[in-house]
Amino acid sequence: MLNVVEAAPRQTLWRGLTRRAVGPTGRRLEPYAFLSPTLVILLILMLYPIGAVIRYSVMNNVILEKAPVFVGVANYVGILTSPDFWVAVRNTSFFTAVSVLAHLVLGMVFALLLNNSLLGPLAKPVFRALFILPWLFTVAVIAVLWRLLLNPNGVINYVLQGAGLMDSKVEWLANPSIALYAVTFINIWSGYPFYMMSLLAGLQGISSDLYEAARVDGAGGLQRFTHITIPQLRPIIVSIALLDVIFTTQQFALIWLTTGGGPINVTEMLSTFTYKLAFNQYEFSVASASAVIIFVLSMVLAFFYVRSQRMAD
Amino acid sequence: MQAGLLFALLAGALFAAFPVFWMGTSSFKTNPEIFELPPRVITEHFSFDAYWSILSNPVEVRFFVNSYIVALSVTVLTLVVAIQAGYAFSRFQFPFKRTLNIVIVSVQAVPPITLLIPYFGLIVSLGLYNTYPALILTYMVFTLSYAIIMMTGYFNTLPRELDEAVKVDGGGPMMALWRILVPLSVPGLVSVGIYTFMIAWNEYLFALTLTRTEDMRTVPIGIQLLMGQHSYRWNEMMAMSILGSLPVLVLFLVFQRYFIGGLTTGAVKN
Repeated sequence: MLNVVEAAPRQTLWRGLTRRAVGPTGRRLEPYAFLSPTLVILLILMLYPIGAVIRYSVMNNVILEKAPVFVGVANYVGILTSPDFWVAVRNTSFFTAVSVLAHLVLGMVFALLLNNSLLGPLAKPVFRALFILPWLFTVAVIAVLWRLLLNPNGVINYVLQGAGLMDSKVEWLANPSIALYAVTFINIWSGYPFYMMSLLAGLQGISSDLYEAARVDGAGGLQRFTHITIPQLRPIIVSIALLDVIFTTQQFALIWLTTGGGPINVTEMLSTFTYKLAFNQYEFSVASASAVIIFVLSMVLAFFYVRSQRMAD
Repeated sequence: MQAGLLFALLAGALFAAFPVFWMGTSSFKTNPEIFELPPRVITEHFSFDAYWSILSNPVEVRFFVNSYIVALSVTVLTLVVAIQAGYAFSRFQFPFKRTLNIVIVSVQAVPPITLLIPYFGLIVSLGLYNTYPALILTYMVFTLSYAIIMMTGYFNTLPRELDEAVKVDGGGPMMALWRILVPLSVPGLVSVGIYTFMIAWNEYLFALTLTRTEDMRTVPIGIQLLMGQHSYRWNEMMAMSILGSLPVLVLFLVFQRYFIGGLTTGAVKN
């Protein structure tokens, strides 16, 4: 299902948008009439807010005061010299890099398992449904569920202790030296099905002739994987990994509902850091500067994403 | 080889499904039983009490009502707007088409946290703070770009001769779109609709910031509130989580039956 509602269109429909239309050219205003609701929404809810947040970021006391004053790059200097910001940058980088890599590996393993020809027509949909399960739950549910599982008195501690892997109960989400790994693990669990479904659809699209030819040439299983499977899936891998980087760097709810960025600030991400600045400390100007920095980073990533989609054309 | 495959499949299923199973089984336990050691896989005191206490509490029920109102409104509005935009992209050439195209694709990457601060100011000054329209409007920004991309792709698969036939009969593009293309696009509309509904149903950050009172909160916030206020009635939190996931689970089951197969492979090879 995922590759219909999420994965596939992201990869293929970009091409759909750019495909040359051979419609009537005389009626110039007609397309704009059809596009006007979209344009109005983009103008009010995208262009204006981005302009506003950039304006806020060079002013002081925005939102709270009627007459904010221009302060130039002071808010940016404040952010970039704040050690907390760099902690958030480091945490976000770790969280994103590990999540994306693990998503890719797990997604590939699960997709290969499901694509195995030994799997019968009955077993395949069952395992596909089981493997996709984490994707069907909203972040709030995932957060509360993992808080139960990772509770010091919870089932995971019990099993690990019973298996002799740990001597004492672990406070997964409250121990400063473990919490970042714990939230990263939860994010890995919740995110791999997106890769799995995209890669599975990709695998099913690879012509069996390619594998047949390789077999005739005496290529082993590993060689077929590295010389056929990976190159064939490359466009899909690049585009889903880029999307995942974009979305993982923006992850807010999972962190907010499991650790809130704590203990201390070991799981503080750019999103939670910015949110706290704005809505806990009411430092809207400084928060805006932080939000603009995140925006610029995301747009750089989006540039690569758009380019990768174009190259696939 | 066979044994290895079976082992891998079962290990994968355990990894993916055990947490979900645990959520289910915990929702039927009594609260003291939740942390009983050794943990019980199947409860001794099976009961629906946790579900009843959620469903009989008007505050909790309101979360669900709010989520349905917001998610369904977003879905309908997104479809109406995206159908028109998708039609324009699919059937017309116009100046700035390429630029607009890139803008719509890039919008997906704009971080919600960046928009949140100006939205807060904007929504308050429009007098929409703590209302349904505040959520419906802001959610549409994220559902729309995606829906437009999908609708354009779907319309591109429909032959242009259909539009021409309407023109021969004296109908305009409006007629071609709503009378001919839209009825033929039902499978595409359903998948766009489901995806839109899911985004809206799951949204957390805007719901957290743009609403304030309990009677305006949605399910994801409701789960969080439950976590804070009765510190740790875990069985109720699990029951609420299950109830909050039901619409998406049901959509998945229905959707899988209808669409896996033809459409998935078709969409990728498109």
